[in-house]
Amino acid sequence: MKILEIKNLKVAAGEKVILHNINFNINEGESVVIMGPNGSGKSTLANVLMGHPDYQVLEGEIIFKGKNITDAKPEERAQAGLFLSFQEPREIAGLELFPFLFDSYKSLRTAKGEKEESVFAFKDKLDEELNRLGIKDDWSSRQLNQDFSGGEKKKSELLQLALAQPDLAIFDEIDSGLDVDALEVAGQALKRFKEAKKSLLAVTHYQRVLKYIKPDLVIVMSQGKIVEQGGAELAARLEQEGFSQFK
Amino acid sequence: MNEEINSHDSLWDEYNQSEYMKDSRPGLDEELIRFISAEKKEPAWMLEKRLASFGVFQEMSLPTWGPSLESLDLDKITYYARASDRQAESWDDVPEDIKRTFDKLGIPKAEQEVLAGVGAQYESTVIYHSLKAEYKRKGVIFEDLDVAVQKYPELVEPYFMKLMPASLHKFAALHGAVWSGGTFLYIPKGVKLKEPLQAYFRMNAKGMGQFEHTLIIVEEGAQAHYIEGCSAPRYGVDSLHAGGVEIYVKEGARFRYSSVESWSKDAYNLNTKRALVEKKAHMEWVGGNFGSNVTMLYPCSILVGEGATADHLGVAFANEGQIQDTGAKVIHVAKNTGSNIIMKSISKNGGKALYRGLVEVKPGATNAAISVKCDALLLDDISSSDTVPVMKIHDASAAIAHEASAGKINAEDLFYLRSRGLKEEEAAAMIVNGFIEPITKELPLEYSVEMNRMVELEMEGSVG
Repeated sequence: MKILEIKNLKVAAGEKVILHNINFNINEGESVVIMGPNGSGKSTLANVLMGHPDYQVLEGEIIFKGKNITDAKPEERAQAGLFLSFQEPREIAGLELFPFLFDSYKSLRTAKGEKEESVFAFKDKLDEELNRLGIKDDWSSRQLNQDFSGGEKKKSELLQLALAQPDLAIFDEIDSGLDVDALEVAGQALKRFKEAKKSLLAVTHYQRVLKYIKPDLVIVMSQGKIVEQGGAELAARLEQEGFSQFK
Repeated sequence: MNEEINSHDSLWDEYNQSEYMKDSRPGLDEELIRFISAEKKEPAWMLEKRLASFGVFQEMSLPTWGPSLESLDLDKITYYARASDRQAESWDDVPEDIKRTFDKLGIPKAEQEVLAGVGAQYESTVIYHSLKAEYKRKGVIFEDLDVAVQKYPELVEPYFMKLMPASLHKFAALHGAVWSGGTFLYIPKGVKLKEPLQAYFRMNAKGMGQFEHTLIIVEEGAQAHYIEGCSAPRYGVDSLHAGGVEIYVKEGARFRYSSVESWSKDAYNLNTKRALVEKKAHMEWVGGNFGSNVTMLYPCSILVGEGATADHLGVAFANEGQIQDTGAKVIHVAKNTGSNIIMKSISKNGGKALYRGLVEVKPGATNAAISVKCDALLLDDISSSDTVPVMKIHDASAAIAHEASAGKINAEDLFYLRSRGLKEEEAAAMIVNGFIEPITKELPLEYSVEMNRMVELEMEGSVG
């Protein structure tokens, strides 16, 4: 069963076409990795899938869980079970983490038709996830990503992932800017997500995250196009040869 | 109607038995001022002050700066009226948008009626009085100013309209002539109150008024926080609000005055708020302004004692058709004084927000430290914001920091929050509430929550 189908996608930013003829599918429970040099369009694709307003889909469609979401709003995609872990999570001054997380949580649950949960039940759940990610309790009174270190921001994304419980999560450079310990925490979170039979799409130009999510499909992008795809062995080859052949 | 409310109504009637009141009329003359004073059984000195203020009012012209007050017809205002004339007759007469706002704010029906001016306020009166017993033990006086004029003339007379003399501007003069109701607060020497004193819904015949006066005296070494207003819109038929606030902060005292104002959107809100800050004393103004057609409000601190300091924190939200002309005024008179001004404005749907500030350092007021920071958030292309920060620095030793910023909601921030399942409007409201957080965090929880809800309401329909 396909969870995501990307059909013949052509995308522009203003006047400029930046993604050409993108085609691939992700099946339920599968992990797909997109690799490629900087500026290859892989992060753009991640943002397009989430509905970033700066990009216009000129041709093709995005089918998520059997529904065409090509023109859906970002919040509608989130409510349908899609999640994007940002490469550079935004810092929102003055917005306390706890009320934000709770509002987001409620909104996603309501969309799924699940019954409302009390703030106390939510707090328990939050504490559990904070603990699992090795995050200090005082986090929930901090402001959303405000003055967070690079590693803390990625943990903030993983925390939001755990609370959102999406069906498909897109990770845009989840492993960038992490030290060895933080990478291990992030890797374990990805692994848990995968083990819960969820689907994931990881955008990265490092190999190191692949040891946690053995990919079913590796896609290589360059200049806004898919230039190569294959199994896990492709990632291993790229490790050796680098991306220079695709430039 | 139950008995309790009936008995309360009869209390009201004692104030309002006059024949004159039955057909209160627009416009202002000496006869009306004499009537107000007689009605309140005021001492002669108060009548004299009123008449002197009226004289000044007649001579003065409208301010030549700031937003246009052209459509404000002072001859059509009713300056003193019984409650039933000023307020809506029944719940059915209260405009729908106001009722809707009450509902959205989650205000209980009984309070809604009081706020709309159609209900008695029995319950809140009780709360007010039970708190008073505790204050009384400490020697704190927290009283209706009309009552205080009768009971504590020795405390009221030396201070009343001294800090905002009638000569200050036309609306100060008008206020001095027709003021009615308001609060008197006296904190004795060394008394430190931890809980904020709140002016509850004291909007009866006298307190509801457009011309209420707040007089606060904080004696040496005392500390208190007073908060007034309610972020729910106050509905009155009259279209002019010209209140007055005078605060005396004595040596070593600390005082915080917080207010959240939200007048109906056709009203002119022309307020005067001033504090006199003595040696090593500290004054804090925290304010939120919503509603009104035109608001002109610039709380003022006069730092007369060595080491006196003042913080001015404010939020103004200008929505469709509104002008929020707000700011701060600080006069550094003594040495080693400090001021810190942080103003945040939000403009939407053609609303105009303007920061107007004056910081003055008098000659000889050495080592003044001044920080002014104004941030404006524009929610669309048709709204505007501006800053008019005037500095009159007559002492070269002053250290001044001034920052101003104007910007829009960051599109990437909005996308980030929307990607978490929040609607565009909700996400935008979260960002706006984050923007004013440095101010709201200074308010007691229930007020900051209410201010956030107020922002959410103002944000409705902000996206197509």
